[in-house]
Amino acid sequence: MADASAAVAHDDHHYTATGLNSWKVGFWTFIGSECLFFGTLISTYMVYKGESLVGPFSGDVFDIPLTTISTFVLLMSSLAMVLALDGVQRGNKKLALTWLAAVIVLGATFLGFQVYEFNHFYHEGLSLSTNLLGSSFYVLTGFHGAHVTIGVIWLTTLFIMSAMNKLPPEKALNVEIAGLYWHFVDIVWIVIFVLVYLIQ
Amino acid sequence: MSVATESTATAPAAHHGEPTGLWSWITTVDHKRIGIMYFMTSIVFLLIGGLEALLIRIQLFKPENDFISAELYNQLFTMHGTTMIFLVAMPMAVAYFNYIVPLQIGARDVAFPRLNALSYWIYLFGGIYLNVSWFVGAAPNTSWVGYANLTSTQFSPGLNVDFWVLGLSILGVSSIMGGVNFVTTIINLRAPGMKLMRMPLFTWMTFVTSFLLITALPVIAVALIMLAFDRFFAANFFNVAAGGDPVLWQHLFWIFGHPEVYILVLPAFGVISDVIPAFSRKPLFGYPVVVYAGVLIGFIGWGVWSHHMFTSGLGPIADSFFVATTMIIAIPTGVKIFNWMATMWGGAIRFTTAMNFAIGLVALFTVGGLSGVMHASAPVDLQQHDSYFVVAHFHYVIVGGILLGMFSGLYYWFPKVTGRFLSEKLGAWHFWTTLIGFNLTFFPMHFSGMFGQPRRTWTYQSELGIELFNQLSTIGGFILGVSTLIMLWNVLKSARSGAPAGSNPWGAPSLEWSIPSPPHHYNFPALPEVRSREPMWHDDERAAIEAVTLAEPETEPEMPGPSFWPIVVASGVTATWALVMTGVWWAPLLGLVYTGFGVYMWAFEDPFKHLKSSH
Amino acid sequence: MKSLRTALGTLVLALLTAGCSLEGDYPQSSVAPTSDFALMIHELYADIFWWTLLILAVVWVVLAYILIRFRARPDSPVPKQIHGHMGLEIGWTIGPALIVVAISIPTIQAVFATQQGDPEGSLVVDVIGHQYWWEFRYPDSGLITANEVHIPVDRPVSFRISSDDVIHSFWVPMLGGKRDANPMRIRPEGEDPKYNWIHLTANETGTFWGQCAEFCGDSHSLMGFRVVVEDEAGFQAWQADLATPVAAPATAAADPAQDTTTADAAPAPAQVAQVDPLVEQGREIFHQQTCIACHAIAGTNAMGEIAPNLTLFGRRSSLAAGWLENTPENLQAWIKAPQDIKPGALMPGVAVAGGNWPATNLTDDQVEAIAAYLYSLR
Repeated sequence: MADASAAVAHDDHHYTATGLNSWKVGFWTFIGSECLFFGTLISTYMVYKGESLVGPFSGDVFDIPLTTISTFVLLMSSLAMVLALDGVQRGNKKLALTWLAAVIVLGATFLGFQVYEFNHFYHEGLSLSTNLLGSSFYVLTGFHGAHVTIGVIWLTTLFIMSAMNKLPPEKALNVEIAGLYWHFVDIVWIVIFVLVYLIQ
Repeated sequence: MSVATESTATAPAAHHGEPTGLWSWITTVDHKRIGIMYFMTSIVFLLIGGLEALLIRIQLFKPENDFISAELYNQLFTMHGTTMIFLVAMPMAVAYFNYIVPLQIGARDVAFPRLNALSYWIYLFGGIYLNVSWFVGAAPNTSWVGYANLTSTQFSPGLNVDFWVLGLSILGVSSIMGGVNFVTTIINLRAPGMKLMRMPLFTWMTFVTSFLLITALPVIAVALIMLAFDRFFAANFFNVAAGGDPVLWQHLFWIFGHPEVYILVLPAFGVISDVIPAFSRKPLFGYPVVVYAGVLIGFIGWGVWSHHMFTSGLGPIADSFFVATTMIIAIPTGVKIFNWMATMWGGAIRFTTAMNFAIGLVALFTVGGLSGVMHASAPVDLQQHDSYFVVAHFHYVIVGGILLGMFSGLYYWFPKVTGRFLSEKLGAWHFWTTLIGFNLTFFPMHFSGMFGQPRRTWTYQSELGIELFNQLSTIGGFILGVSTLIMLWNVLKSARSGAPAGSNPWGAPSLEWSIPSPPHHYNFPALPEVRSREPMWHDDERAAIEAVTLAEPETEPEMPGPSFWPIVVASGVTATWALVMTGVWWAPLLGLVYTGFGVYMWAFEDPFKHLKSSH
Repeated sequence: MKSLRTALGTLVLALLTAGCSLEGDYPQSSVAPTSDFALMIHELYADIFWWTLLILAVVWVVLAYILIRFRARPDSPVPKQIHGHMGLEIGWTIGPALIVVAISIPTIQAVFATQQGDPEGSLVVDVIGHQYWWEFRYPDSGLITANEVHIPVDRPVSFRISSDDVIHSFWVPMLGGKRDANPMRIRPEGEDPKYNWIHLTANETGTFWGQCAEFCGDSHSLMGFRVVVEDEAGFQAWQADLATPVAAPATAAADPAQDTTTADAAPAPAQVAQVDPLVEQGREIFHQQTCIACHAIAGTNAMGEIAPNLTLFGRRSSLAAGWLENTPENLQAWIKAPQDIKPGALMPGVAVAGGNWPATNLTDDQVEAIAAYLYSLR
């Protein structure tokens, strides 16, 4: 993940059979793996949906309007990510820094919502060991949140690199791969939002 | 034939400019060195797993034996299975991926050399971590499939399952990264002209296997995470009292577990698909069919998992579906066997040890495949499931298929790796003792299972009448043990004093035989251009390639330098998981911080800095 | 090389000998069917066995021919370079595919045939797996027994299989295939629990051996049981005896539920007259010690449900879940030190605690008395 940063420049000069950069191919492959990871977590949630013996049940605790807002925040961060990449590719440092900062802030806001939500649910009586909902919900969204956290740390690193003038257009691939990751995490959330929150 | 022309090879010369010493191995990112380390490590674990097997066999030599306790027995068979699958069969295949695939496709290294080193170190540390459990007297004891809810803290309160769940999680990380690396390598680093349909079968099967690794391992990773949350944080995934379903574990385990079977066996198929043509002096018969059969096996392998669960009560409709898919997967497997035989047909077969093992695979894997067809039939499986009949079946697949394939590859590629032949005389001893020991161990198990010996049983009653079969198995097991020692002796001895081998000692067709043995650390001075599937068998193509590959370059190609950070990150990953064991929620975070430090140092390390400093 | 060939020959001979003794005495043979269920499986197995043997023979014979015929000789020219043959590929795809279809059709028929609902008038027997013993309940009559279940011959029986702790697997090879004993997930209200079933009609009387087939912990290997198939009259008599145990007061036999209050206080005079002093001593110890917290004996104050029910224990052929022959010596050894015989057993021994119970501290005489008492339960 973060180790994409340094090696990219050298690999660019290398011949590849497909003409694609190896980091890109590798990262797409990794995302394929991640699909199965989240797919299994989501499937487990679906299998245990409605099987909890004691409350609180999902209808008791979920706050759809609130989660809709946090989903919107994360969606907007993807848009900001596109603009940030554009800024880096064009060598426009100001644009790059602005939009990278936007992604980071939006991502952190999403995480803030999640912390609030976890805390709220916990006080409503839903812990990891309360029932099947507690186990499958916290583990699924928790692992998603961990991915968002890694993304925020990664993008912060790129932000600092950019601020230190170490992110010229030739190294835009670093941002592109971070963006791939970010969009992926975003899409996973859309699936979670639909399957976990909306369809109850 | 070409062998004669190559036998004049001189002793392998050490190449210049390659660092030596322990530190150079710890920090290496060279796929060949990593491959050698993978192989040596897997051999060490093979000896450990084999020793466990022999203790099991001594215990079962006579009925109602108490040579070892039931508790120890359960740890032994659990660790035998876990070790042989995760620490021997998979990494041994990965050793070959590492060493051979870049050479076969004309690449200088894998796509991510440091990631490759990381995979190895995580494998090593994960393997050590699993085996540390022996020293605290709490080796995993719930079998390699670890069925819930026996693995819950209620029924397995000790550290045993903790070691298992965390150890396998660590190893999973290594496998996924390896998969990513080889998919990328094969997609991107093929030499000019090395189209997908010109790749040697071993590379093809590596390709399919790597896809299976990156898709199957996440599934078991999630199952292990769920189990870990159940054990360490009182989650309810497999807690029946909270409505959890233990059968969900079986589904997740086998959704991983069956592709895993093909992860194990496809590399061996790949090896012999290269070996058989080489020693028949004939191209692989039906190359595209063999490739597609392998791909098809990889795909259908995802739809057969519940044939491991016919007794768990899925209902007749699910049972019928999985009967059908399992029967279907037998067809491409059979097609491969027929194509190997057709490759030999009309050829000029040289019975080298490598070829003997490959022929052994064709003959003996067939037995395992056919007994597999028997328990593909769900009602028949109700009798055979979890009996020694199944133990016989999968050992015919794993030893008769995978291990024979790996040994075939060992004799085939050893000259490439060391520049020396393995002794064919010791090889003959190795082959025949393996063949006899193997059949003597596992064939009688068909009978002990048929007469009602369940798997994973510490002992059995004399009234069952299965003593003779168990005794034969035990004797066979020891012969198999001897055969392994012969192999080890052969490797150690021949690495020093084997007959020198030239660049293409077998007169084999693929690209790895175009470069010196052992290869330079950069493999290819310049990238060769490939024009066919058997470049070394077409004189003009061979000449053109060797003009490039055997030339001494004026300036050596730039290769990434050594790195210390893979081993740092690997130790961090292992520590993070191991600290979960404390049950303190913030303890793993310490490991994460350390890992993160390693990742940052890695990310900002310039792999080519060693070249700049010398300017 | 010659010695190796001799060894190979010996191996083949040994295996043939083994193969010829298929008809020997194998109480857990999966190829000696004695029920309709087992027979259906066996016929399917035999069918598939011959198909697979045919394929194996073809592969091996052709392979042997190839290895002899096409071995390289010093003067071998470079062989003709053949890359493939589409007709052959199609042939050896379709051939096996047809065989696979030939196997699949009867397989799927049998899958459905073995998993139909309860046959009319079948006797339902609840099979409950425990670490490491088997409980059997007859829901129709409310009777309970352990480790040795009786069923009638020539009458459909439906085993309803579940587990009280971890997953076990109920397997009586001569009577048919196994089914897992899954622990019962607690379900939300309105959803039925899901059991596994085995439906069979035994067609021979006799005592058949069974064993747990799913790894379930320390003493998984010592978790056997017996199925006694009796003629209808014998089965009815056994059920009647189980309902009115000899050890219970004759007066209360019609309603076992009442016995619990009176059993110790007012033993029937007829019983006492028959009982020898050792038995009487054992009976007292048994019913005063912790034994009754876990074990039940119908018609007494022993009503524990977490350990094997010991009603009619004296008639059982084995003890410790099919592991030991039911002899006084074995029984005494078992009561003294259960964990020595069966690691992980929850029963407390003389010197060792078990389950949540302290060590029993019984003397040898007391153990002998208990054993004598248990044998009187016939």
